[in-house]
Amino acid sequence: MKPFAYERPDDAQGAVATVSADPGAAFLAGGTNLVDHLRLGLATPSTLVDVTGLTSTEITDAPDGGLSIGAGVRNADLAADERVRARYPVLAQALLAGASGQLRNMATTGGNLLQRTRCAYFQDLTTPCNKREPGSGCSALEGWARHHAVLGATHEPADVACVATHPSDMAVALAVLDAQVRVLGAEGERTIPLSALHRLPGGEPSRDTVLAHGELITAVDLPPSPIAARSTYDKVRDRASFAFALVSVAAAIEVVGDTITDARVALGGVAHKPWRATAAEEALVGAPATDDTFRAAARAELVDARPVESPRGGTAFKLPLVTAAVTAALRGLTGREEHA
Amino acid sequence: MTLTPHAMGTAVPRPEGPEKVRGRAPYAFEHPAAEPLYLFPVQAAIARGRVTAIDTSAADALDGVVLVLTPETAPRLSDAIDPDHGVLQSAQVHQHGQYVAAVVATTSETAREAAELVRVTYAQEPHVAALDEDSPELYGPDTLVTGAPSDDTRGDPDAALAQAAVTVRATYRTSMEHHQPMEPHTTVAVWEGGRLVVHEATQAVSWTRQTLAGAFGLAEDDVDVVAPHVGGGFGSKGGTHPNTVLTALVARAVPGRTVKYALTRQQMFDLVGYRPATIQHVALGADADGRLTAITHDVVEQSSRIQEFVEPTAAFSRGMYEADTRRTSHRVAPLDIGVPTYMRAPGEAPGSFGAECAMDELAVALGVDPIELRVRNEPEVDPEEGLPYSSRNLVACLRRGAELFDWSRRDPTPRSRLVDGWWHGSGVAAATFPVVRFPGSEARVRAARNGVAGNGSGAPRYVVEIAASDIGQGAWAALTAIAADALDVPVERIDLAIGDTAFGSASPAGGSSGTTSWGAAITEAAERFRDKYGDDPDDGDAADATTPDNPWAGEYAMHAYGAHFAEVAVHADTGEIRVPRMLGVFAAGRIVNPLTARSQFLGGMTMGLSAALHEESVLDDRFGHVVNRDLAGYHIATCADVGRMDVEWLDEDDPYVNPMGSKGIGEIGIVGAAAAIANAAHHATGVRVRSLPITLDAFL
Ligand SMILES: Cc1cc2nc3c(=O)[nH]c(=O)nc-3n(C[C@H](O)[C@H](O)[C@H](O)COP(=O)(O)OP(=O)(O)OC[C@H]3O[C@@H](n4cnc5c(N)ncnc54)[C@H](O)[C@@H]3O)c2cc1C
Ligand code: SF4
Repeated sequence: MKPFAYERPDDAQGAVATVSADPGAAFLAGGTNLVDHLRLGLATPSTLVDVTGLTSTEITDAPDGGLSIGAGVRNADLAADERVRARYPVLAQALLAGASGQLRNMATTGGNLLQRTRCAYFQDLTTPCNKREPGSGCSALEGWARHHAVLGATHEPADVACVATHPSDMAVALAVLDAQVRVLGAEGERTIPLSALHRLPGGEPSRDTVLAHGELITAVDLPPSPIAARSTYDKVRDRASFAFALVSVAAAIEVVGDTITDARVALGGVAHKPWRATAAEEALVGAPATDDTFRAAARAELVDARPVESPRGGTAFKLPLVTAAVTAALRGLTGREEHA
Repeated sequence: MTLTPHAMGTAVPRPEGPEKVRGRAPYAFEHPAAEPLYLFPVQAAIARGRVTAIDTSAADALDGVVLVLTPETAPRLSDAIDPDHGVLQSAQVHQHGQYVAAVVATTSETAREAAELVRVTYAQEPHVAALDEDSPELYGPDTLVTGAPSDDTRGDPDAALAQAAVTVRATYRTSMEHHQPMEPHTTVAVWEGGRLVVHEATQAVSWTRQTLAGAFGLAEDDVDVVAPHVGGGFGSKGGTHPNTVLTALVARAVPGRTVKYALTRQQMFDLVGYRPATIQHVALGADADGRLTAITHDVVEQSSRIQEFVEPTAAFSRGMYEADTRRTSHRVAPLDIGVPTYMRAPGEAPGSFGAECAMDELAVALGVDPIELRVRNEPEVDPEEGLPYSSRNLVACLRRGAELFDWSRRDPTPRSRLVDGWWHGSGVAAATFPVVRFPGSEARVRAARNGVAGNGSGAPRYVVEIAASDIGQGAWAALTAIAADALDVPVERIDLAIGDTAFGSASPAGGSSGTTSWGAAITEAAERFRDKYGDDPDDGDAADATTPDNPWAGEYAMHAYGAHFAEVAVHADTGEIRVPRMLGVFAAGRIVNPLTARSQFLGGMTMGLSAALHEESVLDDRFGHVVNRDLAGYHIATCADVGRMDVEWLDEDDPYVNPMGSKGIGEIGIVGAAAAIANAAHHATGVRVRSLPITLDAFL
């Protein structure tokens, strides 16, 4: 653990200016991820810039009927908000499925989005990891990869391979809700669609997001979404509580008669980013709301899937699991009673 | 002698409870010291080889660093110690995470930073860390860690299996598991002249004293070990590990200064022991009526190359059921990893998984109810020693559990009950644990009529001292109750003092032996006291005793028994597993304190649930260390995994076990619990999972 300076600027602009000017500086919000990383020696910032109180802690109604969530809103408060629970149940459910009560009391909206992968090798300084130490290799490829990706990962070449997943539950719900992320940088403000915030590893696994150093998330905007009133977050994990997703499904669906007229699906636990399942959505719309349709939609999303084939525990099991979880989630939303 | 129970059997609250909930009960790390120093180790990044160079210059230069010790600069330890304890004594590296240097600084943060600045260069050698049944290095040890023989064969089980009407042969696997008490291993050490004073998170102050005295060439009287409160142990705090020796070693280099070292959660996965992984080949042969004609239980398991520890896995099968022929054996894979140690029910916990799942498979193969199958194979005398039982109430436990669990209404057909998208099933398994009495605990009873504890002319108070340990199991309360009954006074008149070598030697809180070993010593001391001073002693009158031998040892086989019942639900789509209900029924002699006993049984069952569904230390053999090295990666059961948990015990009057009539209860709760869950999962789904933990992929 390296000593660091601790600063509390007066406003968000000041925080952005400080961090932008100093490659060794980092924002600190709830600290539930970053402080762990300090202890592990994984993050070694020279300066921590505490943004608590510098971004909004309010959830406000937007003129278009949506909601605007300040980056400083705690996960627990966001999950408890009546408007979120009524209009965007998928978001409340995703938050409550994550971490523990104590952690949700500390964790912020901005910090949650930017939490880093839980890949065991990433967190262990003694093992090679392209994300932590570019070019050193990916220990997960032939290692313990139970929590790793099946979609959009980089399996080769060895010096850029990364099969990590993004661990946030909240982000998967936000992806299905077409959320927009407001960001303040040294050059001013910009807005990024949530689905474009996180990157696939590509050839540069050390970068999790498209944000530049010093860019501060100030808010997340939710557009109005009538379909979201009937939405769900189903998280499949190894333990009934306090565990990261093996696979999660955020979904909303509209059925008229027997026909699906609109559908939104996003997957967690499968990729380096929250995965908006557009192929599945396309397969659903216009089809009858049956288990067969749901399964076919999940399989359509998995056409290009490539599991980690590790001798020490890979992700091949996630292919049937994604199909099962998507089917169960959509069946639950449509109130049907079929079973595998 | 046999005690007449007054306090025993009633709910005695923990006397230390109020202090604990107020945060005033001092745990080892909280022991106050003037200007303490903090230790942080440098750990090997290779699994096998040699340290060729250590550059400490950057660490030395850091403000606040008092000392950096390396194998070159560390004080020497005696040679007559466990290989594992020879910290910083040579440049050899025998496991990943081994201590190769240590930093002491004025703050824990500085120590940690400095440790990261130490540069270590290695000459790496090839290592082996994977448990491989076909390894040419496998060997047959002489004895198990209990001292029992590794292998034991009665009759010709292979011939009996070949002739049996029905046979079951299967291979079961259990995982490497790490103890994760809330309080990490902690040592606070100071050298005062030639004396070493240690506050330690330990289940065994005397054993710790013995080890440290040996390591530093001291007389035992020159070492004090103190542990009044310990935040959980589960066995890892039974033996002494390198962290304790390291702290004392470093403290020796800064005489008069107190050095503190609490392990990080990650370090808990490195060098304070673990339950080794096992591969168990089990075969059962039975006649058409379900009477066992053969039991074989052949085990391959992990150990460390530098120090043998043989988990007594198959020992469970030596005494559980009647069978004409029987073979139990153990083969050990010596790996370049840390040394295993005791973990709650060493042997019985993993061994019961293989054995009790196999019984379930046999019941299915025979078409006999699994409870009935066990009843049919109930022995008359102990199959291992040929002795009559002091008491054995396994059948009563099974029958009572069946009643509480509505077993008679169970449809034995697997995969026959689908409720709201979940397959439901129920399973049963049996449990046992021996009555263990360790010799050598010294107890002292002293009357206090004046002074702080006494009340002058009123009724005498009794100070009862013994170097026992309370790691949460309830020794404070149980020993208070035993002392009260032994002295025939109410519990309010007892002032118990434990957890300090100042009170002499005592056996550990381990092997479910504490109440028996310490209670027998206290009873003996109380009896001597009353013989000598009657019931109206003078202030300061005192009597001592050491745990007496059990006169019935060798005449009777003494074990506790139990039956586990579990209901399991498996999600029909995703394979997720929940346990809506667990029930444990136990026959374990007199229950000294129902309050804390219930917690012990429940805790054991919870740990069994945890082993069934979660606990697995993922040892990445390429590197030689556990990679899921925190509590986000190493799962322990949560409340949400389970619905209702019930515990019941049967009244059992056993005059042979000890003066209290009690049997150990600390471990039996875990024995068989995982098997009951696996058996229920099979009943729910028709899928037989023979490897722990049971995860959802098995059902996809
Ligand atoms: C044991 C455990 C279990 C968990 N389980 C789950 C789970 O099941 N599901 C789940 O989704 N999460 C889980 N989490 C993770 C938890 O949700 C995150 O740690 C939390 O959301 C991070 O928020 P924070 O405010 O504490 O972020 P911090 O730790 O303060 O920051 C995280 C990162 O974001 C950056 N940052 C913070 N705020 C901003 C901002 N406004 N703009 C730009 N950068 C910023 C920081 O610099 C840092 O890099 C778990 C965590 C733990 C410790
Ligand atoms: S998956 Fe990514 S984060 Fe994990 S070891 Fe490989 S490169 Fe590192």
